[in-house]
Amino acid sequence: MRVEQPFSEDGRPIPRRTPTTAPYFDAAREGRLILQRCPRDGFFFYPRSRCPVCLGDDWKWEPVSGRGSIYSFTVDRAGLDPAQRAQLPLVIAAVELEEGPRMTTRIVGCKPEQVSVGLPVEVRFEDVGRETLIHFTPRPSR
Amino acid sequence: MGKRAAALVGYTEWAPQRKWDRPMFSMEACAALAAEALADAGIEKGEVDGLVVGGLQESPLFPTLALAEYLGIESSFNEVVDIGGATSAGMIWRAAAAIEVGVANTVLVLVPSTPAPMEGGADPRKMIMPPYLMGDAWGSPQGQFDIPYGLVAATSSFAMVATRYMAKYGVSPETLAKIAVHERDNALKNPKAVFRDKPISVEDVLKSPMVCDPIHLLEMVMPCFGGGAVVVTSAERAKRARHRPVFVSGYGECVTHKTVTYMKDMTMTPAKASADRAFRMAGADRKRIDLASFYDCFTITVLLTIEDAGFAAKGQGGRFVEEHDLRWSGDWPLNTHGGQLGMGQGGSAGGLSHVLDSMRQIQGRAGDVQLKKADLAYVTGVGGLMAANVGLVLEGA
Ligand SMILES: [Zn+2]
Repeated sequence: MRVEQPFSEDGRPIPRRTPTTAPYFDAAREGRLILQRCPRDGFFFYPRSRCPVCLGDDWKWEPVSGRGSIYSFTVDRAGLDPAQRAQLPLVIAAVELEEGPRMTTRIVGCKPEQVSVGLPVEVRFEDVGRETLIHFTPRPSR
Repeated sequence: MGKRAAALVGYTEWAPQRKWDRPMFSMEACAALAAEALADAGIEKGEVDGLVVGGLQESPLFPTLALAEYLGIESSFNEVVDIGGATSAGMIWRAAAAIEVGVANTVLVLVPSTPAPMEGGADPRKMIMPPYLMGDAWGSPQGQFDIPYGLVAATSSFAMVATRYMAKYGVSPETLAKIAVHERDNALKNPKAVFRDKPISVEDVLKSPMVCDPIHLLEMVMPCFGGGAVVVTSAERAKRARHRPVFVSGYGECVTHKTVTYMKDMTMTPAKASADRAFRMAGADRKRIDLASFYDCFTITVLLTIEDAGFAAKGQGGRFVEEHDLRWSGDWPLNTHGGQLGMGQGGSAGGLSHVLDSMRQIQGRAGDVQLKKADLAYVTGVGGLMAANVGLVLEGA
């Protein structure tokens, strides 16, 4: 079966950027999280050609805080993606950013048992092959 | 009084199998399914003037054209439906709607799910799921924003829904497990069920391996090959049918997203919108249904459908499951065929199994699990990652 997904040298699937999404991945490579912001509807995720609320194309890339909380998560113990079995158990999460949008991510730098709904997290960039993945890690409480 | 324009009058269903002994191309499966369903309905092929399919492996472009040619049918309604697991239920209402507006009189709904023969002696019998749910094509958002993080399959997606639901409303793992246990009891009476051999207990479910927290192995469907078909015809033609006509008296459909991350509220599914529309169209009271045939890819899917389709208040689905006996012999029969959890998921025909469960009950052909009264049923289909929802109110003539 044909798979178009690119893989890193260690066999993990990595994103295949498009002309529209390239600035997002370029920024991640530099350790910055940027999202598109519509002047009427605010930030949205994932990067796309037009605002998903008003379909306007007058959005601008802007930096966001990189802070958020875990909206939900699961611990993949079976390795649903054979290419990611070396990382098991995988904590897959939907993180809600302080700016509003939700993103699919991995929670890293802690044990699966330490993860819970509502847990404050912050972004942690991880270079994988020629791209950079945007992971999150528990945020120390002040 | 709901719609009385179109009725389900005949069907066929192939027992789901993990390994399929007779490889065949999709069109070959369609031909066999069509012949069997028409024979069951007592309707000649020459009367068919509509075709609905979910896609054909060996003829992905213009599939209904290829099918009309292969089956020798001059067809005035040609529809390809692809809304994931909700496809089968979505096909049924499209066929009924086409008949109601008069573009067709007798429509074949065909759901082949067989492995194609392979050249060079390779064994085609093993079920291989498409990697990454086919979301890996260049330009697909999934390939860029989900797949690299491990969100590649239905199980992890529904697991996130379950995690969020548990955190917000609290439901015990035992309560969710009860759904799988009662469905398995029903499957024991279904000669076509993969899991017809032995009952399971709540303890069995909770002791089965944790695949994606909080989903255990026995709360997931077994992917299989299979196939099914339904003949849908006009009320006029249905009067002369061999079996009791089953009217498609109300229907609704709602799609809001594909990837679970982008659900507005992970605990509120599109089942609400589709059920509200379906019951309003049918002019039927939810309390009056004789059985529920709900899409059950996971136990959490059933729990959320019970709530969002309006059978229990939000957050009260767990209590509803605890208070009711969901077996065919119980006070609130659910998936009397054993559901896909008990029967196995015969590919896309898994979704059709819920339509056929209600159809058999209403036609009085449900064998050992026949309900005393089966006149009104609610059927659901769930597609994508808790994303597409179809509801069908089925009513006996
Ligand atoms: Zn906008």
